[in-house]
Amino acid sequence: MIRFTKVSKQYPTGNDAALHDISFHIGRADFVFLTGHSGAGKTTLLKLMYADERPTSGDVRVSGFAIGRLTRDEVPRLRRRLGVVFQDFRLLEDRTAAENVAFALEVTGARPDTIPSRVARVLDQVGLAMKAESMPRELSGGEQQRVAIARALVNDPPVLLADEPTGNLDERATRGVFQLLCDINAAGTVVVMATHDLDLVRAAGKRTLEIRDGRLVFDSAASA
Amino acid sequence: MNLITREALLAFRRTRTLSILSVTTIAFALFVTGLFGLVALNMRTALRQVAERVQVVAFVKRDTPSQQVSAAMSDITVFPEVLDVQYVSETEALARAQRDLTEFQEVYKDLEVNPLPPSIELTLKPAFRTAASAAAVAERLKGFDFVDEVKYGQDWVQRLDTLRDIAGLIGLAVGFAFALVSMVIIGVTIRITVLQRAREIQIMRLVGATDWFIRGPFLVEGAIKGFLGGTLAVILCATVFGLFRSQKMGLGLGLQFFGAGQACLLLIFGVLLGFGGSLVSVGRHLRDESVTKGLRRTTDRVLATKPR
Repeated sequence: MIRFTKVSKQYPTGNDAALHDISFHIGRADFVFLTGHSGAGKTTLLKLMYADERPTSGDVRVSGFAIGRLTRDEVPRLRRRLGVVFQDFRLLEDRTAAENVAFALEVTGARPDTIPSRVARVLDQVGLAMKAESMPRELSGGEQQRVAIARALVNDPPVLLADEPTGNLDERATRGVFQLLCDINAAGTVVVMATHDLDLVRAAGKRTLEIRDGRLVFDSAASA
Repeated sequence: MNLITREALLAFRRTRTLSILSVTTIAFALFVTGLFGLVALNMRTALRQVAERVQVVAFVKRDTPSQQVSAAMSDITVFPEVLDVQYVSETEALARAQRDLTEFQEVYKDLEVNPLPPSIELTLKPAFRTAASAAAVAERLKGFDFVDEVKYGQDWVQRLDTLRDIAGLIGLAVGFAFALVSMVIIGVTIRITVLQRAREIQIMRLVGATDWFIRGPFLVEGAIKGFLGGTLAVILCATVFGLFRSQKMGLGLGLQFFGAGQACLLLIFGVLLGFGGSLVSVGRHLRDESVTKGLRRTTDRVLATKPR
């Protein structure tokens, strides 16, 4: 589903490589944690997966797309097969929860008559059926992240990428969002979650890739 | 409602202050262009009115048989430059002089012999009211035996030509400059709108919107703003024009306002500026983002892989 082969990434403005010779494979229905301290390269790794960045060398494959050779016109096709959530939720502040989710369907040209039912289904799935008409500012952090997850899921992507999705949440909301991601994974979606919450990682007992200074220093699947 | 139109109208509502600012900026840019258009229009009309006075007068020798003059006039009528031909008899010429040259009224009254010769007066078609055409016609008239002398006010027709050339050049240069300044101002205004919505664009791209889907609402919004700005500009021009005329600053010059077609042109110019400005601003924003990320278009790849 996701394969990195000898991938390095050097930003034009940076002195050191952000990623250095990284190789790993993530299969169908896997749940993988990306861990490491701030600036280790977790976000760059995720950006390569959703083609927000290109590898300087090596090969990145996601859902059959070769990221290094992807053209600008092909990026939307990849993004429609991925869900991405962020620490800062990235919701449109002037639209309701339902409108934020519907937006992801509208921009991809979904049939207008199917949109309300699909939005309702996915909001129900993340436990926000009752908050569909709420504006983001009326929701708690955990609820906003659930809306972001609903938006990421509404196109039924085979892969969900989450960059520190619990970074802004309290412990209770963190547990709720993490449980939601586990449920999504149990339904067959690959989940890649970047986090520096080691307690969460240890408690979950899922596969973990640890990045340190741009290098992959630990893969729990390889050491098992 | 079409999704792109809905998004464009929503954007209007969401960024109300910025939208009002954009429309006002477009309106003032087009207002200045419109004012200049009004000045150019009235100057052109004034020059045309002056040019209507361009006449070629052929003085006829006394005692020329009237049949000969009539036959010549039929020939002159078919000159390509000629709009109208009039014969002015000696008596008519004297009556006209007594009427028009009031300071010599007494002198003309006491005359025993009419000193004024009969003449043929030619009015030229608008396109031929130039020094060159008038000279060419004069030259041909001199070919008739009965023509004593031909006059067409060579000096002032030449001056009129120069004035027309200068007005045309200044009009073109200043008009172009105004249009250019309007385009720059409108471009900057729209760029601010695009930057203000950079986060929304980022989210749209994240969920898989194509570049054309992202552009769509901006283009519609730009066109609407251009239309509103253009309408406001026409209203402002009409107000200023009305004030100018009511204050009698027109000095009885018979000033004229835009016709419906010209007002529509200003509106179309506004719509095109709004649309074009949005196309360039959003395109540049999307391209800048892609260049930073090292993304290329499909066509770039095709070109890159073509054998050289």
